[in-house]
Order: sequence, then structure tokens, then C-alpha cells
Amino acid sequence: MALTISYFAWVRERMGIGEESIERPIGVATVADLITWLAARDERGSLVFSEPGRVRAAVDGRMAGPDTALGRDIALFPPVTGG
Amino acid sequence: MIRVAVQEVAIDIAAELDIHDAGGHGASASFIGRVRGDGDLVELFLEHHPSLTEAGLADVAHVAADRWSLSALTVVHRVGAMAPGDTIVFVLASSAHRAEALAACEYLIDRLKTDVMLWKRERFVDGRTAWVEPREGDRKRAARWD
Repeated sequence: MALTISYFAWVRERMGIGEESIERPIGVATVADLITWLAARDERGSLVFSEPGRVRAAVDGRMAGPDTALGRDIALFPPVTGG
Repeated sequence: MIRVAVQEVAIDIAAELDIHDAGGHGASASFIGRVRGDGDLVELFLEHHPSLTEAGLADVAHVAADRWSLSALTVVHRVGAMAPGDTIVFVLASSAHRAEALAACEYLIDRLKTDVMLWKRERFVDGRTAWVEPREGDRKRAARWD
């Protein structure tokens, strides 16, 4: 199934793209699985996701934790700093 | 009435007060967050999510309106490039009595710092840029309301 991943703030800058679509890899079921897969995919991913604890996620419009099951859309971003 | 806005244009506080005050409320409390002019900062850029930032603000606003029985609530957050002194965020909470308005206002500003998809990037006079790191103090203040 297709998965759209969007990146924000320094995650976006370091990935070099704002959004990408991939076929969900076999065995990738949760947010943590996806981050592990991105870190292993290439050098850029390994640099961005070397510390998974620094990255937050939203799945299909809702804030998600590492164990949240993936949906159609996932956003990956640093801890927020608004206000 | 709950009004939530995420906008690139400057926040017009006088206009927001006019909209908010249409009902006539017993007590109103407000918070204005501005770009600090310290150091060599020349620009603060607020990155946001095209849909989830406003949705997140609305969630926090609705929780506050229910918890403190607010009669009106305005939450406006600016995004994009700002200069020192510019208003970043404006919160205005109204209720029949001051305690509810003040508490709701404090809750809103605490929670929108930790719960809403917004990211600050600073640019300095020498051209250097840096993403702002979340502060432990902000997390603790937000957690007080759990």
C-alpha cells in the first residue's frame, strides 16, 4: 500500500525534501518500524534518524507514538516549539 | 464563540478584540507572545503544517472552553517570517468570572507550546540559522494541566 511521508522543520531540511510517497515495505507496520527503515535506507536517513527519540510523528492527522500503526499519511517532525 | 486562526499576516489585536467582545463578557484575560529582540536575532520563522496546526489549536481551544465554561475564546497564531517585536500569538479568553478566564488563558499558552505543530527557526545578523529546541520548563508547565 502507498504511504505518503511528509517532513517538517529540521527533519525536512536534513532529508532535503518536504514529502515523498513510497510503497510500504514488508514488515514495516508501526511508526517506529518506519523510522528504523528510513534510518537504514540510505546515508541521509541514517543521519536524520540516528536518534529516533528526537523525532515525533502524526498518522492520518493524529499525533502518534512509536507503536502507532501506520495509515496512509505520516508526518515526521521534531518536538514542537510554537507559542 | 471560539475563533482559531493560523495566519501569515500580522495579528491585528484591536480587530480581534472587536470580534471577541461582540457578546459582552464578564471577565476577559489575554496573553500576547512577541518575538524577543535579544541577541543578534533578525528574524524568527514559524513553520507549520498545512492542516494539522490549525486542527491542533482548535483541539486545545475546545478543551479549554469546556473545562472553564468560557463564553468566548480567541486564539490566533502567526506563521512565516517575523521580526523582533512582532506578535507571534494572541490568546483572549472570556468567562463570567476572572478565575476561569485567567486559568484558561494560561492553559492555552502552556499547551499550545507543547501540543501544536509549530516550529521556530531563528536567523541571526551573521546569517546563521538555528531551529529552537524545546525547553524542559515548557514541558513541565504543560504537564501541570494533565
